[in-house]
Amino acid sequence: MREILLQGGRVVDPKSGRDAKGDVLIRDGKIVSGKPSKEAVIVKVDGCVVTPGLIDPHVHLREPGQSAKETIATGTAAAVAGGFTSVIAMPNTSPAADGPNTIAWIRQRARETGVANVFTTGAISVGQKGEALAPFGALKQAGVVGLTDDGHCIQSAELMRRALEYARMFDLPVCDHCEDTSLSAGGVMNEGKWSRILGLPGWPGIAEEVIVARNALLAELTGARVLCQHLSSAASVRILREARARGVPIDGEASPHHLTLTDDLIEGYNTDFKMNPPLRTKGDVEAVKRGVADGTIRFLATDHAPHCNYEKEVEFDQAPFGVVGLETALGIYLTELVHSGLLPLKDVIEKMSSIPSDYFKLGRGTLADGAVGDVTVIDLERKWTVKKAEFKSKSKNTPFEGRELKGRAVFTIVGGEIRHDLDGRAGHP
Amino acid sequence: MSTTWHRKDLLSLRELSVEELQQVLTTAKVFKEILGRPIKKVPSLQGRTVVNLFVEPSTRTKISFELAAVRLSADVVSLDKDSSSIRKGESLKDTARNLEALQAGIIVIRHRSAGAAHFLAERLKASVINAGDGAHEHPTQGLLDTFTIQERLGKIEGVRVLIVGDIIHSRVARSNLWALLKLGAKVKMVGPSTLLPKEFSELGAEVSYDLDAELEQADVINLLRIQHERQVQARLPSVGEYSGFFGLNLDRFKKCKPGVLLMHPGPVHRGVEIASELADGPQSVILDQVTNGLAVRMAVLYLVSGGRGLGDS
Repeated sequence: MREILLQGGRVVDPKSGRDAKGDVLIRDGKIVSGKPSKEAVIVKVDGCVVTPGLIDPHVHLREPGQSAKETIATGTAAAVAGGFTSVIAMPNTSPAADGPNTIAWIRQRARETGVANVFTTGAISVGQKGEALAPFGALKQAGVVGLTDDGHCIQSAELMRRALEYARMFDLPVCDHCEDTSLSAGGVMNEGKWSRILGLPGWPGIAEEVIVARNALLAELTGARVLCQHLSSAASVRILREARARGVPIDGEASPHHLTLTDDLIEGYNTDFKMNPPLRTKGDVEAVKRGVADGTIRFLATDHAPHCNYEKEVEFDQAPFGVVGLETALGIYLTELVHSGLLPLKDVIEKMSSIPSDYFKLGRGTLADGAVGDVTVIDLERKWTVKKAEFKSKSKNTPFEGRELKGRAVFTIVGGEIRHDLDGRAGHP
Repeated sequence: MSTTWHRKDLLSLRELSVEELQQVLTTAKVFKEILGRPIKKVPSLQGRTVVNLFVEPSTRTKISFELAAVRLSADVVSLDKDSSSIRKGESLKDTARNLEALQAGIIVIRHRSAGAAHFLAERLKASVINAGDGAHEHPTQGLLDTFTIQERLGKIEGVRVLIVGDIIHSRVARSNLWALLKLGAKVKMVGPSTLLPKEFSELGAEVSYDLDAELEQADVINLLRIQHERQVQARLPSVGEYSGFFGLNLDRFKKCKPGVLLMHPGPVHRGVEIASELADGPQSVILDQVTNGLAVRMAVLYLVSGGRGLGDS
């Protein structure tokens, strides 16, 4: 028998409606009610918040095939350092995760080397080429929790329609990176005043918006669940809001960077501000925040996209898109959404735990009796400065270097095992 | 000569102050005078090395920088994409570090990527001069255009300048815009709506899509070439249609002020942006621009290298 008692914290479990001071007991990897035994390891968490283990529904772990950027070992180490107990891995590996063999390999590798739960998604199309449907049934049997060609938006409306019809049969959500590549072609930053000043090709908001609109119509037609990934533009949020008001099964994600950063930061051509979709204007940032606040956007996701220094340290237009996010996301959300007064803590925790768990059917996201022992302990008031040199991730491509944040995970517990102990307070039994 | 110039690099005109712009123009005037002497060489950069790293092809800018460096007594080495290891897949960072290891004092870079000069300047102790980076800036072109206007009209302030053509892809348009605005000119950009996005009005220019309506007011007309012809097919039906609406032909020229200056950064497409007769006519300053480019580039090389050795001439 193995027991951990988290004693004296404020327990916030949105799914069960609990928000009160109390203890959380984890026995043999499960949350249990009742009294601890004499062998229980007691961890005092006074002044901290105890929440269900946080879930990031959008990360790139780069294995197989791109392990110079990240591995499942380093990516999950970054996850637990950031307070995440579960991540959903995108299928744009090499080879692409478009069939059951690759999925089985990733899941095996995650069992052997991962320190957080790794859930997998399968590709929508074979090789993520946008031409032929991947075998959704076999992928589901192999254990995927969703389907996506992330990074490669399905351009053919017909293929997207068939993908939704077919995915619905298996009750798998389809996550789409919304980008009409005929409108974004060659673009490397938001099209607007700053792209004109800097002479960089523009990736306009309209390239995202036309796909969000298409997806809303196709979700309505087919009844399939669609999640529009990392929304960046004000009009996308408006289209999503209108569709959801009609009851269309469409959702959206917001990323830490699209909630906080704007395109003028590219003035010095720093490629750590280059991601896809690109940073946009203050008006877009405000609209994404409002979308999160009013419930239009239910998902918070990092789009953790590691790239090596030597890949990023090139001419701006030549650099790959993407930034890491696992180790800064919680601090950004708490600072920008909670401490700013925009959202109550329980709403942010809900978006980071029970909402993604229920949507992707992960069987987690709560601290109820009998639940999986995935728990995050957060010091809401902890002030800290982002230092990429301290990242557990193999890659350091963060746009938040030097940023002052308030709120940080002090313990991350995965299946009853302490995987992250910021201050080294627990003492291992 | 007292100096307000303290920059290691010249990367863009947007970041220069009015005083810095004026300092370059004043210094260029001195060098233009020197270029009129029988012996056109001064020892200002003796013992220093200037590397021309032209990753994107160029004829006149490269020759102009080479000659400017030679006139200042520098040792000059020129590299293009085919003669450098960039062809073999070497990164810009590694190429630059190798040049620095060879103790190049000044690197003049022409590159197809916007921001390439910034990239080098941040990483090198050497001075970096931007000789054109993608669609971002071409600072010495902006300076030589401004110098030419000043020389011909005696002032910049209040001068009405039309910049006509493929604005979206033009680094020349941007560098001209910043220099002219800072020095008090009124800048209007004219071109097809697909090549002249409305955001340019947020940068301080007026935007017009009707060349005929603008000609009467203009003191200067700077005609840019249509770039990347194959890439603009979705933006422009044909060069012929462009020329019909935005080319400066003889009929349109009749609407211009008598003393109007006609400028073109080259290479000129005769009969497209400008009628051949006008390019060679008395209002054209196209070759003055080339001559002034040499003086301006000498001034820039001189200033970034610390501005010593010229005396009080």
